[in-house]
Amino acid sequence: MHGILAVYLREALILKRRLKRQLAGMAVSPLLYLIAFGYAMGDSVQFGGHTYLEFLIPGLVAMSSMTQSFGISTDINVARFYWYIFEEFQAAPVSNFAYVTGEVLAGMTRALLSIGVILVLGLPFGVVLHYGPLFWLAAILNSFVFASLAVALAMLVKSHADQSLLTSFVITPMAFLGGTFFPVERLPVWAQKILFLLPLTHASNAIRAVALGEMPDWRAYLVLPLTGVAFFILALGSVNHARD
Amino acid sequence: MCMPSGPGARVRGKPMIRIDQLIKTYGSVKALDGVDLHVPAGQLFAYLGPNGAGKTTTIRILTGLTKLGGGRASLNGHDIEKDALAAKRQCGLVPQYINLDSELTVYENLDIHGRLFDMKPAVREAGINEMLTYVELRDRSDSLVKQLSGGMKRRVMVARALMHSPRILFLDEPTVGLDANIRRRIWALIKKIQQDGTTIFLTTHYIEEAEFLADRVAFLDNGRIVAVDAPLKLMAGLGKWAIDWLTDNGMQTSYFPSREAARESAAVRENGFTLRRVNLEDAFLSLTGKKVH
Ligand SMILES: Nc1ncnc2c1ncn2[C@@H]1O[C@H](COP(=O)(O)OP(=O)(O)OP(=O)(O)O)[C@@H](O)[C@H]1O
Ligand SMILES: [Mg+2]
Repeated sequence: MHGILAVYLREALILKRRLKRQLAGMAVSPLLYLIAFGYAMGDSVQFGGHTYLEFLIPGLVAMSSMTQSFGISTDINVARFYWYIFEEFQAAPVSNFAYVTGEVLAGMTRALLSIGVILVLGLPFGVVLHYGPLFWLAAILNSFVFASLAVALAMLVKSHADQSLLTSFVITPMAFLGGTFFPVERLPVWAQKILFLLPLTHASNAIRAVALGEMPDWRAYLVLPLTGVAFFILALGSVNHARD
Repeated sequence: MCMPSGPGARVRGKPMIRIDQLIKTYGSVKALDGVDLHVPAGQLFAYLGPNGAGKTTTIRILTGLTKLGGGRASLNGHDIEKDALAAKRQCGLVPQYINLDSELTVYENLDIHGRLFDMKPAVREAGINEMLTYVELRDRSDSLVKQLSGGMKRRVMVARALMHSPRILFLDEPTVGLDANIRRRIWALIKKIQQDGTTIFLTTHYIEEAEFLADRVAFLDNGRIVAVDAPLKLMAGLGKWAIDWLTDNGMQTSYFPSREAARESAAVRENGFTLRRVNLEDAFLSLTGKKVH
């Protein structure tokens, strides 16, 4: 328990120190998407009776919670390969479980902050959505999935460059295809089947459904925790791998 | 049971650091090739060897940063593999490279460390203040680490390694890159830590550092221990004085039992020479044919 808190607190202090920069960073790309796709396209595009902005904001929530929670992998790597701070955790009497949990919670904190940023950014556009418990549950589960994946990959990579490569090949495609910018149903069936395997697709569908006042697909609430737990277990197993 | 005592008796009780047949390979490089060492409680043990000898690798394995490739080791009776968390609780570590959180303050760095070692809040706070006083950095407690000089950072690392009162302190080149003044202050600090009962395992390239501080010295070369003994014993047999002079084949050294004998011999040489006391470097050189640095 003390280990979880210590690891989390370290990340929280760093986050606090960089808060202004972090918040600005969290705001830039959603703001651009909102302006470019949402505002500029205006009412010309509609999905299922909703304006594109109403469609887009929940998608951005899913996307940002993914990219921000996954973003801790970069920080873990910088701490590991450039500052050797990871060694301070390794040399301490702290279990792998405590280390991974602390880092995952730190990733989830960042994700929640970024969701807050998007909801605030959405305000001036006058979009009113429903942010009930199922909305937050899906968002939190999505952050859990990607924070766990981030820790696992951060332990497995051999260099910082590998890490950037993973982000370009895994996270960026998912961000664009996982139901953020357009409904997955518009794609051919075979593509839908593939995208249905991605956790982000489930997250954005569920988050969007709740936000638009519809019933979410219950399968999302099964797929996300299961994927999250699988990644978490992978992360636990890969901590020892990081010792050379 | 009655234990034998007196000269020649084996080390009694269990050693604080026990290393048996430690092996580590990186690809085709044998970083450690069967290292055996026992360090009794309270000893200040220096581990010497040239670059790449395997000093850091040994410390990293003992402190849980690197997997061991073979053999076994225990710290205060706790096996480093089977009983890893208990073994880690015995250690304080000052690594070769600075690994402080430069974006956090000195206090925050130490506070996180105290939490990692499960120190209760009041103990933690008292420990931080005591250690910062110890390394004479009490007034820099709220400075960001990136604003400190290299020597100050090393002292913060010493404070951090000691604040949870470890039984064993590992120091991997603690004074590298520090000026002579600060180095001496750190030496005094290390002596004081030992007097408080801590077992110390130190690596260094500064021969005088090992001579001044160590109760016992191990010479490591190519992942093997070539000698272990008290510094004076390692140097005995070579003589007390040495002269170095340059030849076409590089530096040559001769050893003499007395200063006068060395002088006499030097007088016949035309080129420049240096007359000096025999040191641990000479002992290492005579055993391996190599220099420590
Ligand atoms: N992570 C690693 N990957 C591959 N080889 C390594 C690694 N770490 C150390 N080595 C190799 O192991 C050997 C021992 O290295 P080590 O760092 O223990 O030496 P050292 O005695 O501490 O040297 P120095 O005085 O330069 O600090 C060297 O040959 C080094 O190249
Ligand atoms: Mg070294």
